[in-house]
Amino acid sequence: MAVFNLKVNGKSYSVDADPATPLLFVLSDDLGLRGPKFGCGLAQCGSCTVILDGRAVRSCILPVRGASGSDITTLEGLGTPEQPHPIQRAFIEEQAVQCGFCINGIILTAKALLDRNPKATDSQIREGMSGVLCRCGANQRILRAILRYRKEVTA
Amino acid sequence: MRIPYLYGDLSRDALAALEGAGISRRDFIRRGPGALIVAFAGFGAQAPVSPGGSAAQRVGLDGAGAGALDSWIAIHADGSVTAYTGKCEMGHGLYTAQKQLISEELCVPFERVHLIQCDTALTPDQGTTSGAQSHPANFNRSNLALAGATAREALLDRAARRLGESVDRLEAKDGVVRVKGNPSRALTYGELIGDKTFGIPLHRDANRKHPREWSVLGKPVPRVEIPAMATGTFEYVHNVRVPGMLHGQVVRPPAVGAVLTGVEEGSVLGMPGLVKVVVRKNFVGVVAEKPWQALQAARRLKVRWKPAEALPRQATFYQHLRDQKPTRDTLTVDSKDVDQKLAAAARVVRATYHYPYQMHGSIASSCAVADVRENSATLWSATQAVYPMRSTAAMILGLEPRDVRVIYRMGAGCYGLNGADTVTYDAALLSQAAGHPVRVQLTRKDEMAWENFGVAFVIDQRAGLDADGTILAWDHESWSPTRGSRPGAGTPGNVVTGFLAGFDPAPFSARTPAPDPAAYANRSNAVPSYVTGCVRGRCEGTGTVAAQRVLTHSVPSPFWTGPLRSPQRLQNTFAHESFIDEIAALVKADPVQYRLRHLKDPRLIEVVKEAARAANWETRPSPRPGGRRSGTASGRGVSCVLYEGDNGYCAMVAEVEVRQETGVVAVKRLVIASDCGPISNPDGLRNQLEGGALHGLSRSLYEEVTWDAEKITSIDWRTYRPIFLSDQVPLIETVLINRTEGPAMGAGETAVTVAAAAVANAVFDATGARLREVPFTPERVQAALAVRA
Repeated sequence: MAVFNLKVNGKSYSVDADPATPLLFVLSDDLGLRGPKFGCGLAQCGSCTVILDGRAVRSCILPVRGASGSDITTLEGLGTPEQPHPIQRAFIEEQAVQCGFCINGIILTAKALLDRNPKATDSQIREGMSGVLCRCGANQRILRAILRYRKEVTA
Repeated sequence: MRIPYLYGDLSRDALAALEGAGISRRDFIRRGPGALIVAFAGFGAQAPVSPGGSAAQRVGLDGAGAGALDSWIAIHADGSVTAYTGKCEMGHGLYTAQKQLISEELCVPFERVHLIQCDTALTPDQGTTSGAQSHPANFNRSNLALAGATAREALLDRAARRLGESVDRLEAKDGVVRVKGNPSRALTYGELIGDKTFGIPLHRDANRKHPREWSVLGKPVPRVEIPAMATGTFEYVHNVRVPGMLHGQVVRPPAVGAVLTGVEEGSVLGMPGLVKVVVRKNFVGVVAEKPWQALQAARRLKVRWKPAEALPRQATFYQHLRDQKPTRDTLTVDSKDVDQKLAAAARVVRATYHYPYQMHGSIASSCAVADVRENSATLWSATQAVYPMRSTAAMILGLEPRDVRVIYRMGAGCYGLNGADTVTYDAALLSQAAGHPVRVQLTRKDEMAWENFGVAFVIDQRAGLDADGTILAWDHESWSPTRGSRPGAGTPGNVVTGFLAGFDPAPFSARTPAPDPAAYANRSNAVPSYVTGCVRGRCEGTGTVAAQRVLTHSVPSPFWTGPLRSPQRLQNTFAHESFIDEIAALVKADPVQYRLRHLKDPRLIEVVKEAARAANWETRPSPRPGGRRSGTASGRGVSCVLYEGDNGYCAMVAEVEVRQETGVVAVKRLVIASDCGPISNPDGLRNQLEGGALHGLSRSLYEEVTWDAEKITSIDWRTYRPIFLSDQVPLIETVLINRTEGPAMGAGETAVTVAAAAVANAVFDATGARLREVPFTPERVQAALAVRA
């Protein structure tokens, strides 16, 4: 076990953990965050996504020692139910959710992508979502929500 | 004061005191923080009681007494309403729709309704939330809908008495009863009953509001969970945290049927955070302080197993299904003249269809939290069946069901029996052994390898045609495997953990020959839409063909099986809707017209016509004339069903492009027509039709469980490939028929049922190649292209 300093959603935390512990477990178990979720533990589904120094990363395979010193944003760091971030609002308005478990991975992956390239084309967006899974079949609405957000950021 | 969530937090004397005073467990628990005060005088116990419980009526412990209005609805002094339901939200919009229902029937604003779902301490026992049964159960003339109507009428009655007016001079709106034309004479619901109980049963003749009066139900009210889900604050079962909670992992056998011979606890001695190694018969698990520690310990623990017999080979599995003896045989319909009619037919058509095992494949592996004490337990579970879970968990734990509380929390979309029940037993076993609350979330491999799969099928179809090309006889025979299923109230051995812990699955009970059918029931859609469905003189099918036989053989399965969205119905519909299409092509009839020729149910006819119209269906036989044999070919196909014979009408047109060089099928557009009775929430319905269609598509194009000589080899998203968000998905259009004069039917399993055949039929239309085995991999498509006429 060792002590790691993590900066999550603008706040600093000191966590005592085995350095090999996947960041996901530290965020959800030690820090009690609900955004990043365990779907597969193999970086195949995207449920665990966080934004780390501006990039979408799969926290289920990133050891906590690799996240130390980085700026981490989780889904709850973007906005609240009362004041959602525009990308979250797009998903709410499009009702682009069924069970909702995948939405963390989808919103953060899409946001990181559009933050880096706000003019990403439809096909670049779809490409960028490879490695993110929605099993309930909300794909059509999800893409509509992402495109709606893209329109807002490029306006 | 700490809010107790366990009966175990109260002494037995305190519990008895509460019940003796007529305060039900639900009354006690639901009052919540701030409302719990005061030592309970007269019994010397420190039990908090609810204030204002002066006329607290026993609604019956543990949800029993669901005939009582108070089991379903409570109205508070401030005019807010609490409703209780035994049908739970699984991501399909049911929570919001039920709130709409109560808001509508009780005439209160939507925001003022608080709905409590699926908690054995609080809600009525409504069995399992599954199988497109929630709307039939709660949106017609029983249960929740009837409770809303009964409560409204009871409030009007009370107001009538207090205001000295007859009921027809009163109207209820926004939680107030007013005199028509004299609105200052009014009483709020809070004034009429607030915080007291109704004390009456559900009234069989209570009047539902007619859909034409609806102002909340029938509207696309946004789902109430979505803001929390989109902002990462929603509490899934995966987010439940209990003080003192530890973490568990399981060690499953390395091969199907392997039996435990030894566990070397020494192999994990001294590992950081390890609390306990747990062994019970063939169940092995570990408990540790942190999730990562539990994973490490489970990986390192040395466990010895005696191997089992080799599994039947996958390459010859369909033949294996046919060859198995004994079988359990069922005749769903038998006009007893099918063989004669076939012998006399101008032409006989035959085809065989194959469908693989598929898995639920929830995006999250299943999770549960258990807090097991010496004499009681609380389980947070994503089970679809909280009361049956209470019974079977009690069996596993050696407790009385009344001492076990199961609280539903959403998991990821389950699509039927995924690992939710299994993991609840895992957590319970580990918590009991460790003496602490334990959370278990299965690894991806454990979730996939050991879940109860959707069943494989072999389906033989034969039809006899007259000289006109009209079908005059239809013969269907199928084989499918079974092992376990939902545990129900008494069979924990129906899922892997119960079995490992020493309980048997439901026995396989052979039966040959099949007895004659007693009454018509098409629960598995084994009866095609095109026959009359006559049994003992009563005809309840949707079609016109009189000579019919449907014989099914159930055989033992090497793997666990259970209901997967549209169980059996999807597989049978694939075979029926492909076969009718094959026959249409042989007689050179347009597929839509050919179906209509053999249908008599007007609602099924209407959805077929609506889907065709919305898709601009070109009337002509398949395959498309002038199609080239190389390059990309495009085509359209149709498919339809009345889900399980009486529960949701759906038709789908699929438009595809087939790259003939590679065998890759791209589905470009799906047009879905739906008739499920009066629509509670049109956006919710659309979401379910779209989702079901894509789910059906993923299963048609990609999904197949695989195995080797000892074990399942579909253990992650590479070895069991689904549709990813980067995959092209079709444009999906929906036509919703709002059938206000008719019972509410289920909708969530309709679109998924028709997808495979719609796509196969479209591929045939495009290329002349017939797909008879799911999934339609490029290899299978190329093989079909190679043998086309």
